[in-house]
Amino acid sequence: MDTQTMTKPAAENGTKSAKMSARGVKVFYGEKRALHGIDVDIYENEVLALIGPSGCGKSTFLRTLNRMNDTIDICRVEGLITLDGADIYDPKLDVVQLRARVGMVFQKPNPFPKSIYENIIYGPKLHGLATKKDEFDAIVEQSLKRAGLWNEVKDRLMEPGTGLSGGQQQRLCIARAVAVSPEVILMDEPCSALDPIATAHIEELIDELRENFTIVIVTHNMQQAARVSQRTAFFHLGDLVEVGNTEEIFTNPRDERTQGYITGRYG
Amino acid sequence: MPITYTVGTLLILTALGYLLGRRKAVTVAGGNIASLHSVPSYYGSFSALWVLLPTISLVLLWLALKGPVINWAVVDGMAPEAVLGWANASIPPGELEAVRARVAEGAGALTDIQRQLLLINITNLAAGQAQYVNPAVVDILRPAAAHMQDLRSLTDWALFGICVSLAAAALFITRGKIGPAFRARNNVERIVTFLLIICSLIAILTTVGIVLSLVFESLRFFTKVPVTEFLFGLQWSPQTAIRADQVGSSGAFGAVPLFAGTLLIATIAMCVAAPVGLLSAIYLSEYASGAVRNVIKPVLEILAGIPTVVFGFFAILTVAPFIRDMGAAIGLDVSSQSALAAGVVMGIMIVPFVSSLSDDVINAVPQSLRDGSYGLGATRSETVKQVILPAALPGIVGAMLLAVSRAIGETMIVVMAAGLQANLTANPLASVTTVTVQIKSILVGDQVFDSAKTLSVFALGLVLFAVTLVLNVVALRIVQRYREKYD
Repeated sequence: MDTQTMTKPAAENGTKSAKMSARGVKVFYGEKRALHGIDVDIYENEVLALIGPSGCGKSTFLRTLNRMNDTIDICRVEGLITLDGADIYDPKLDVVQLRARVGMVFQKPNPFPKSIYENIIYGPKLHGLATKKDEFDAIVEQSLKRAGLWNEVKDRLMEPGTGLSGGQQQRLCIARAVAVSPEVILMDEPCSALDPIATAHIEELIDELRENFTIVIVTHNMQQAARVSQRTAFFHLGDLVEVGNTEEIFTNPRDERTQGYITGRYG
Repeated sequence: MPITYTVGTLLILTALGYLLGRRKAVTVAGGNIASLHSVPSYYGSFSALWVLLPTISLVLLWLALKGPVINWAVVDGMAPEAVLGWANASIPPGELEAVRARVAEGAGALTDIQRQLLLINITNLAAGQAQYVNPAVVDILRPAAAHMQDLRSLTDWALFGICVSLAAAALFITRGKIGPAFRARNNVERIVTFLLIICSLIAILTTVGIVLSLVFESLRFFTKVPVTEFLFGLQWSPQTAIRADQVGSSGAFGAVPLFAGTLLIATIAMCVAAPVGLLSAIYLSEYASGAVRNVIKPVLEILAGIPTVVFGFFAILTVAPFIRDMGAAIGLDVSSQSALAAGVVMGIMIVPFVSSLSDDVINAVPQSLRDGSYGLGATRSETVKQVILPAALPGIVGAMLLAVSRAIGETMIVVMAAGLQANLTANPLASVTTVTVQIKSILVGDQVFDSAKTLSVFALGLVLFAVTLVLNVVALRIVQRYREKYD
């Protein structure tokens, strides 16, 4: 880990501690190695963008952070990933609790075929975060407000979530993730299925969410990485080439490959 | 000239047509294949199809008409003396008067049954099987038999000649048409489309024919037994009296006990098949690892491949005695042909059906929904209960309805394991009978085709058809609508 010199919100970053950190993370799909040893720290209340060409392993790395790769039979993870200093691949650790602390928003909006209200309370109900009707109501309102969706849907909470527009659905999924009060939110190309206006909405939202959550976002869109993140990590062919302050990565990359990618020579 | 030779010749001509058509196209192109509208093989196919299709249709048509036409020509061509001579030796004296009175009409003087008898004699003789014919009439019938043989070989030759000239004409005409601008590909495509339409029409027309025969025969039945009695009557006893003085065979055609029995057995079957099939589908699609699934799925499919008759003796030899002994052990009187035994075995038979259909709909639930649920920290069973089953519910309901329609129409197991007594009961330990069992038991053996008893099977079949049709239509619509939602 070399680039710790933060220039963007410099004053705050100096005092931050690593929320999650990865050391020597290797991922195998069967015989094939998808990641060749990743070392990176993720700091509290920052947005870390993972960029790189298709197939570089950025989504794979993201999914190791809340063990979503567990659902793939042939996938194997080596190395150490910690959340607040505790190994998340510890066999004694309950993956359910991990995912309650590290939430996820997916590439394609995937609301459950239930009402908006039920979509939001799905997680809190599972984890027993509330029991009474008014507690749930409060969670729904707060989550939707945080996701900037409250004003648009407050009169139709009982309508199916699948009836919303694409951008609204994605914000509903963010609200659903927020409702569990996670500490980290992972976003896997959350805007790739959305139009520019909906994308701008979500980007604004990500910036606001940073106050309360730590966010890791995978994106194909370099402007988006530049707009929403404080730090950026560039992946290439399963290696973490370079990680550092976003501004520095985009204006003054140290690695040739990074430069090639951000200037559009490949990717 | 047997018809196989004709067909063989036609096939050779077809191949020839292909080669000639192709060669002509290549020649016309003069070395520049690209100047042709279509690839040369299309010109070949065009010729070949025009050689084959009209002639083969003619052969098929002739095969269908040949028997009746020749029979008619032979019998009506017989001299009156020959008919009379045959009648003298073959018909009982009582019926002979009528034939003698109209002897000038030749075979026209015979009744339909007598005509049939005469025809059988002639056909046997023509086939060289004189030992089956009354020796007294062999000589009388020889000219007719010879006539039949002549007609057969004549028509076969005629068919051969017509087919070959048709084929030659087709060869000649298509050859004339082939030129660089001729759109052979479009023509071939059109012919192929036409062939495909014909094939699908065959399936549709067969279905329509079956339905119509069901409807008309049912109408005949309903002239003997009122519809209301059939649909709402509580007593089923199809033995009608053949003689007026026969006892104990009044004939009652109230089908309610059959419907109730069918429903009872289908319900028991679904009580077994629905949970077992659905839960195994959930296990297979959500829990089982790839290796386990690769073993279990084929095994379930083998279960689906077991002939129902095997399930039938499994039911009657293993399950029924087992249930009877169990019942006896706790002091219950269980019939040896209980609805329970038939239903349970039928349920096991339907399990693979339910599980493979449910597996399909569960797999159709997008992975993104599972990811969303797991990503929020749900366990597998929570995800199944709260996301996958609700999302797949319409499809699962459809699968269940299809399974019910399968259970209602199933025959072999109930024939073997359920009884024949039409009891109106809801007791699964008693013996009941089903619609399919009654249809089968009425039609086994020789039957007169105008009694109410025989005709009742058409009414039963019609009801069965209507019910399963409705179930299938509803189920398929549900499954389809559900598929559209996610694709």
